[in-house]
Amino acid sequence: MQINKLQVEAIKCGSVIDHIPSQIGFKLLSLFRFTETEKRITIGLNLPSKKLGKKDIIKIENTFLSEDQINQLAVYAPCATVNYIDQYNLVGKIFPTLPKKIDRILICPNSNCISHDNCINSSFIFIKKLDKNMNLKCQYCEKEFSKNIVLS
Amino acid sequence: MRNSLYKKNIISINDLKRDELELVLKKSAILKKKPEPNLLKNKIIASCFFEASTRTRLSFETAIYRLGASIIGFSDGNNISLSKKGESLADTISVISSYVDAIIIRHPQEGSARLATEFSNSIPIFNAGDGSNQHPTQTLLDLFTIKETQYRLNNLNIAMVGDLKYGRTVHSLTQALAKYKKNKFFFISPDALTMPNYINDMLLEKKISWTRCQNIEEIISEIDILYMTRVQKERLESTEYANAKSKFILNTKTLKNARSNLKILHPLPRIDEIDYAVDYTPYAWYFKQAANGIYARQAILSLVLVEKHFK
Repeated sequence: MQINKLQVEAIKCGSVIDHIPSQIGFKLLSLFRFTETEKRITIGLNLPSKKLGKKDIIKIENTFLSEDQINQLAVYAPCATVNYIDQYNLVGKIFPTLPKKIDRILICPNSNCISHDNCINSSFIFIKKLDKNMNLKCQYCEKEFSKNIVLS
Repeated sequence: MRNSLYKKNIISINDLKRDELELVLKKSAILKKKPEPNLLKNKIIASCFFEASTRTRLSFETAIYRLGASIIGFSDGNNISLSKKGESLADTISVISSYVDAIIIRHPQEGSARLATEFSNSIPIFNAGDGSNQHPTQTLLDLFTIKETQYRLNNLNIAMVGDLKYGRTVHSLTQALAKYKKNKFFFISPDALTMPNYINDMLLEKKISWTRCQNIEEIISEIDILYMTRVQKERLESTEYANAKSKFILNTKTLKNARSNLKILHPLPRIDEIDYAVDYTPYAWYFKQAANGIYARQAILSLVLVEKHFK
């Protein structure tokens, strides 16, 4: 933990998404459109982690992620934690849980799905299968895909 | 009886509960016996066919005229502002919804009807087929025909034959019949065109029996409904197609051991999967099935657009 503090600057106020699996940090930045904000963002990639071996970390100043945003993180980074920081102090720690539905973030693998049109945001619901695997069902074309197919 | 379909969008058969299916079937039967030519008088309905589908369009239009409503629309997506001027589907629907009481949409892309509901300003949308996804009124007319011929929708043995992979009619019909008890399914298709896993999984989750069979003869004596579909030439290699189509041609010889109550259904068009001689047997019901499309569509249109129907 001490090492991370040295490598990625602390923030005074905002959200820290920690324990992101390495190689996923950049993906989260673009998928969750964190780059579209004017807020200052610091990102650390391939940092040492006791829990994961290597991890990515994202710090967004003066922004507190919504519950929906936090839970959507669970799709890509199930072990992630979101820390709320105020005056350099930890004031909240949240563990994302998989949401029932995920909007905007994913792209439907069905190339003939209307959600590929520009003015539309994608929308998927999670379906738990008998073998306990998770499928994602597109709310528009109603096709079901294994989680890996949609996330790849 | 409460009409829970009033003002509802009809997008997918999965959106309809079993009692709503029953409501449509009941209304279809009433309208078949006793037409109500003024039920939708003064209503204007848009028929928006972004791709050609002659049977479905004419069936919907006939249903609309028989209920006394007026119709506007187009039958070919190539000649409208959307394609000529680049207007979005969302804008097209948004504008048309300000003219009419309901919109029927046929579109080549999956999910288009669902998208239309987001821009229709609460004007009901009827899905008349979205790509390979859903065609709920086809399923309603299939259910109506099955109930009319078998007097029930449970405890049936149903065989589905042909292109089970891409055929949306067989997917939707299986989903609808899975809402009823003790139905058994037999799936007969080329190896490349088997029923998709999500349908098989759904049956498994609901503990509904299904079997994959090699040919129609082995189950003909057990089944009540034989639902034939076209093996689509464009989906297969030429030799694979030749083998597949010759394997699943239904002729009078195949029907030798059929039950007396057996009915053969087909969403049409037929190519050569049913021999013309079968048309003259008492089992052939596909043309009567197509005719029932008028009543099922009359029923769903009137239930969505008029609140009170039953005393």
